[in-house]
Amino acid sequence: MRLRNIAAYAAVLLSGTCLAAQAETITIATVNNSQMVVMQKLAPTWEKKTGNKINWVVLEENVLRQRVTTDIATHGGQFDIITIGSYETPIWGKQGWLTAVGDIKDYDYNDVFPSVRAALSQGGNLYALPFYAESSFTYYRKDLFAAAGLTMPAAPTYKDIDGFAAKLTDKSKQQYGICLRGKPGWGENMAFLDTVVNTYGGSWFDMKWNAQLNSQPWHDAVTFYIHLLTDYGPPGASSNGFNENQALFATGHCAMWIDATSGAGMIYDPSSSQVADKTAFTAAPVDVTPHGSHWFWSWALAIPKTSTKAEVAKDFIGWATSKDYINLVGKENGWTTLPPGTRISTYENPDYLKAAPFAPAVKQAIETADLDHPTLNPVPYTGVQYVSIPEFESIGTTVGQLIAAALTGQSTVDGALKQAQASVVSTMQQAGYTN
Amino acid sequence: MSMATGATVSDPAAKSGRKKKKVGGGVNTLPLLAPSVGLLLIWMIVPLAMTLFFAFRRYNLLNPMIHGWAGFNNFKYLLEDPALLHSLVVSVILVVGVIVITIVLGSVLAAVFSQSFPGEGIARVLMISPFFVMPTVSALVWKNLLMHPVSGLFAAIARFFGFQPIDWFGQFPLTSIMIILCWEWLPYAFLILFTALQSMDEEQLEAARLDGASVIDIFFNIQLPHLSRAISVTIMIEMIFLLGIFAEIYVTTAGGPGYATTNLTFLIYQRALLAFNVGGASAAGVIAIVLANIVSAFLTRSVGRRLEV
Repeated sequence: MRLRNIAAYAAVLLSGTCLAAQAETITIATVNNSQMVVMQKLAPTWEKKTGNKINWVVLEENVLRQRVTTDIATHGGQFDIITIGSYETPIWGKQGWLTAVGDIKDYDYNDVFPSVRAALSQGGNLYALPFYAESSFTYYRKDLFAAAGLTMPAAPTYKDIDGFAAKLTDKSKQQYGICLRGKPGWGENMAFLDTVVNTYGGSWFDMKWNAQLNSQPWHDAVTFYIHLLTDYGPPGASSNGFNENQALFATGHCAMWIDATSGAGMIYDPSSSQVADKTAFTAAPVDVTPHGSHWFWSWALAIPKTSTKAEVAKDFIGWATSKDYINLVGKENGWTTLPPGTRISTYENPDYLKAAPFAPAVKQAIETADLDHPTLNPVPYTGVQYVSIPEFESIGTTVGQLIAAALTGQSTVDGALKQAQASVVSTMQQAGYTN
Repeated sequence: MSMATGATVSDPAAKSGRKKKKVGGGVNTLPLLAPSVGLLLIWMIVPLAMTLFFAFRRYNLLNPMIHGWAGFNNFKYLLEDPALLHSLVVSVILVVGVIVITIVLGSVLAAVFSQSFPGEGIARVLMISPFFVMPTVSALVWKNLLMHPVSGLFAAIARFFGFQPIDWFGQFPLTSIMIILCWEWLPYAFLILFTALQSMDEEQLEAARLDGASVIDIFFNIQLPHLSRAISVTIMIEMIFLLGIFAEIYVTTAGGPGYATTNLTFLIYQRALLAFNVGGASAAGVIAIVLANIVSAFLTRSVGRRLEV
C-alpha cells in the first residue's frame, strides 16, 4: 500500500515536471455494456472539443467491480473516472472516497429524475452522475403468444408466467419458454432472484440484522426459480448473465425474459435483434406483494478522491450524462440505443417516444421502484436487489455461487440455503452487526 | 503458493557418510555468497511476514471502519467455514486424480511411442504440443469451442447422434476441470517418461524378447521398474504445479457451481478479491503455506532417497 502511494506521488511529480501543458489524459474504467461501448465510440467528440485525451479500460462487470473496488479501497489512484452503481455510490461517498459532483457549471440537475438523484446521494451530496438508470420488466414474444392463443396480462403473476412457460417450451426447436439469469454474482443471478424473494414476501435480514435465508419465502422463491429454469430454460443456464440472455432473446430462442429495462433498446433495434418487431413487454411479475418485485439500478460516473485531474474528469462526466449527449447518441446511433432512464427531457423527446414504444413502461417501472420499502415486512436496509451495506458485495457473490450450485443440481435447495445462511451469519458476525 | 519456503533439501552426500572435499580451496565463501543469500531471504521473508501480520488483523477493504487485532478470529471463522475443508478435498482430488491419470496414460503412451513407426516424428510433436499452450488459452478453448452446451463441438457430436448435449461445467464441473488439466499435463508426463525409456539398454529388451516375453510382460517387468525414478520426479513436479492451479478454474467455472471447483488457491483469491477480506485471505494463505511445506518436505525426502545411487 505504502509503496503504491510513493509510486503514485513519484509519477505525479514526474508528470508535473515534464509537461505542464493544458492537454490532460484521463483514465476511465467502465463496463462492456452496449451503452458504454457507444460512449467510447462518441468520446472523440469531447476530445476534439477540449483537446484532452481519454485512456479507456473496458471490462466485464464482475472484473470491473474487483478492479475498481481494490483501487479505491487501497487509494491506488489508477482511475480518474469510474463507473459504479447506485449500490456503491452512497457507501463510498460516506467513506470519503469520492469527489462530490453537485457543483458542475451549466449542468441541468433539475432535469434528472429525483428518484435517481436520491439514489446517488449521501448526506445531501451528489457523488455520481447517472449515465443510465434501469428497472426490470418482462419481455415476451407477441407472435409466439398469439400462435399459442395466450394473452399476457398487464400485471402478470409468477403463476401466470409458469403456465405460459410450460406451453411455450419446444426444446426440439431450441425454443425455450423463459430465459433468466443464472450466472453467479450479486449483480447477476442475485439481482433477479432478489426480486423474486421480495415479491414472495421474503427479505435478507430482519430488523435486528438476523439473516433470513433459511425462511420459507426464500425456500419457495429459490425452488420456483430453479423449476422455471431447469424445466423451461435454455441448457447451460448457470453461465448466462444479462448479456448472454439478451443475445439468446435477440436470436429468438426465448419466449419470455425478465430482466433489465435497459436491454429494451437493443432488442428493438433491427440491426442487432431478429425479434425487433415481434417483442412486447409488461410489468415484472409479482406473487404475494408488489414491494420489491422490480429492481432499481443506475450505472453512474464518479470521480475517486485520488484523482489529480478532477476538473477535467468533471467536465467529461458532465458531458457524458448531459441532455446534449443523449441527443447525440440518438442522432448518431439510433434513438432506441440512447442511455435511458435518467432525464425527464428524454421522455418528452418526440423522436425517442416514436422510436421506443417501451419508453412509458420503463419510466413507470423506474418511478415505482421503491428503494426505501423493498420488502413486505420492514427491514433495516434500503435497496431492492441489494442491501445497502459494504459487506453485501461479498455476501451476494457467495450466496449467488451457492444458488448456482442448486440450479445445476450440485446441491439441494435446502442444502444451498443452509450453507448460505451459515455464511451470511458468519460475515455479519465478523462485521459486528450481530453477536 | 510458494513451495520453497523453509523446505529442506536433504544432502544425499552428507547422508551417505562420505567425506566431502571442501569447496573453494579453504577460502571462507560465506561473505561472497551473503548478498545473494540475503536477497533470496528478503524475497521470501517480506511477503511471508506481511501475510502473517495480516492473518492476525481485522482488515476488510470494503469497510475501513473495522480494524485492529483479530487474535485467532480469522482462523476461527475459517475453520468453522465448511468451504475450507471442501476446498482442501477439491485440491487433493485434483492433484491425485490428475497425477494418477497422467502417469498411467503417460507411461503406456511412452512405451507405445518407443517403438518405431512411420511418421513418428510428427506424432511425437503432436503428442507434446498441448503442453506449450497457455493455461488460460487452453481453458478458453475447452470452455467455448469444445464443452459449450449450445455451440461446442461435443454438443454438436451429441446432437448428431441424437443425444441431449451435456452441460459439462454445470453437471460435471470437477470432472471437466480434471479433463482439461490431464490434457495439459499428459504431454509433460509423457515427455519425461519417454526420454527415460530412450535411455534403456536395448540389449535387455533384446534378451527378454529372445526368452519369449510378451510386450505386456516386458512393460511391467522391465520398462516400468526402469521408469520408477522418472515417475517420482514427475509426481513431484506435477504436485508442485497442480497444488496451485488457478487459471483453468478462474476461466471456466469461477470456483462454482457452489464450491464444487473451489480449491485452496481459489478460496484465497475469493476471500481476498471477491470478499475483500484481507485478514481472512491471509489466514487461509498461512494454512496453505503450512500445508505446502508439509507436502514439499515429504516429497523432497522421498525423491531425494530415490535419486541416491
